[in-house]
Amino acid sequence: MKRSFLKKLGLAIMGISLFLAAYFAAYAGKAITVKGSDTMLILGQRWAEIYMNQNPGVTIQVTGGGSGVGIAALINGSTDICEASRSMKSSEIDKLKERFNTIGVEIPVARDGLSIYLNAENKISELTLDQLRDIYTGKTTNWKDLGGEDTKIVLYGRENSSGTYSYFKDNVLQGLDFAAQTQTLPGTGAIVNAVSKDKFGIGYGGAAYAKAVKYSKVKKDATTPGYEPTLENIKNGKYPISRYLYWYLRNKPTGEIKKFVDFVLSPQGQEIVTKVGYFPVK
Amino acid sequence: MKRLGTLEKNLQAKPLGFKKRFRLSEFLIEKAIFISSFFAILGVILIFLFVFREALPIFTNPEVTKEASLRLFFSTTIWQPISDNPRYGLIPIIVGTLKVVVVALFFSVPISVAAAIYTSEFAPLRAKEYIKPVVELLAGIPSVVLGFFALMVMASFFHGIFHSTMRLNALNAGVALSFAIIPVVYSIAEDSLNAVPRSIKEASLALGANRWQTAFRVSLSVAMPGVLAGVILGLGRAVGETMIVLMASGNASILSGNIFDSVRTMSATIAAELGEVVHGSAHYNVLFFIGASLFIFTLFINSLAHLTVTRLQRKLAGKI
Repeated sequence: MKRSFLKKLGLAIMGISLFLAAYFAAYAGKAITVKGSDTMLILGQRWAEIYMNQNPGVTIQVTGGGSGVGIAALINGSTDICEASRSMKSSEIDKLKERFNTIGVEIPVARDGLSIYLNAENKISELTLDQLRDIYTGKTTNWKDLGGEDTKIVLYGRENSSGTYSYFKDNVLQGLDFAAQTQTLPGTGAIVNAVSKDKFGIGYGGAAYAKAVKYSKVKKDATTPGYEPTLENIKNGKYPISRYLYWYLRNKPTGEIKKFVDFVLSPQGQEIVTKVGYFPVK
Repeated sequence: MKRLGTLEKNLQAKPLGFKKRFRLSEFLIEKAIFISSFFAILGVILIFLFVFREALPIFTNPEVTKEASLRLFFSTTIWQPISDNPRYGLIPIIVGTLKVVVVALFFSVPISVAAAIYTSEFAPLRAKEYIKPVVELLAGIPSVVLGFFALMVMASFFHGIFHSTMRLNALNAGVALSFAIIPVVYSIAEDSLNAVPRSIKEASLALGANRWQTAFRVSLSVAMPGVLAGVILGLGRAVGETMIVLMASGNASILSGNIFDSVRTMSATIAAELGEVVHGSAHYNVLFFIGASLFIFTLFINSLAHLTVTRLQRKLAGKI
């Protein structure tokens, strides 16, 4: 190659990288970072999209990774807002205190009915909490023990960085371990996709993701009726596994972040919650 | 002694120790290149040291050893790090990696070696010019795309044929992985076959063997170390491949010999769990230990492949 061409190419590359660096530096300064729960990811993205449309000067970056990842990012300072589908553990709050001398600010922004997904062709349509626990700890392995066909139950779950995983483990499994056969998929969407393609699959996740699968009615025990995760059932407490979805910040919000938080808690923000498929916080 | 004139002096045999003229620019460039290569090697060494340092508490820290030690890794068959009773059984994860790699090699090695034999021995010249770049194009497919394809399309395809209990299983991940390995094995096998001296092939043909026999019994035998090196490199690549197995294998830490069961591999475990792990905890150390094992294994594999290829080259050059 000619030397003059190489020289021009080198200068061009340097110029482009400098430009990109300057662009990102300017960009990053004004961006609000939101990181965390995969369950809340579409919610966060929708809020960010609509807020950015209404406020053109602001940039909001939303990423997933799981509630655990979001909380870890909050603790090591790499995000402004952390989305979490579970509450922070005391060990995490201690770490936050150690690093930033604050116990953080917890803002419930929505509610979710942790849904159990079943394939649309599955004959079973309701399960009690005890049955769910037996299924996911591996005690019950065949659908026929629940009144269905004589086939093995295929378990789908989340990775252990997920807030949904933690919530399910604490509240449904009551601290017991998931069965080794639980296939761990990287997000609620992946679980829904897997259950929709697998006639004998069962999965769990946020209420907003269900497409082409059906919700299983959940009963507190064998004597009470089963309820689907709908708005009224969550509001009146009849659906047994509902939870708050949180935003965590290091300090009380100020400036642009405060405006964003106010937007999210406003009637418009809560309407977006309903549209996405979750339930408003009030 | 006869006094030497200029001509005689110039014609005298001189020992080969020419003194180079010292040029500053050359000196600087030499040193700059040396420093660049030094940084590359330094980078690898530092990564090595960092990974091992983070894995070291498993051997040295008594608090960590209570939960996770070499003995504990192999005394349980359950991988359950997040729990009231954390268990770090590495056996299902290692077996999972092996299963996927075996399936991948089973599919990719016959295909790539056959393709290499075809392109180097039988293909017409024009075809050779097209086939090799196209196979190498396969190497350019990002692994996340292969993983996505396996998750969405291949899993349903295999499920439709075999009706296995689990849709995402070792077979699915293994076949997807074989797409990633085929270019690696093919390239090296083909280069080795091409390096077989024509004189050997011509001698075989002259002695009455047909092209088929020459290709399989003569060329392949001579090039076998190179082909093996290709397979070994493919093996190394398969063990380290993360994204494909993360998406296509189901990630359930099941210990079984059935390829229709979901598997959890070492690389996918690290990728999935490192994001949330508490820095400095036993879980963290165990994940780095897995990473260090993968590092050592691939280092060993690559050295083996390199040695095999060098041996082949020396053999063909007549030095062995």
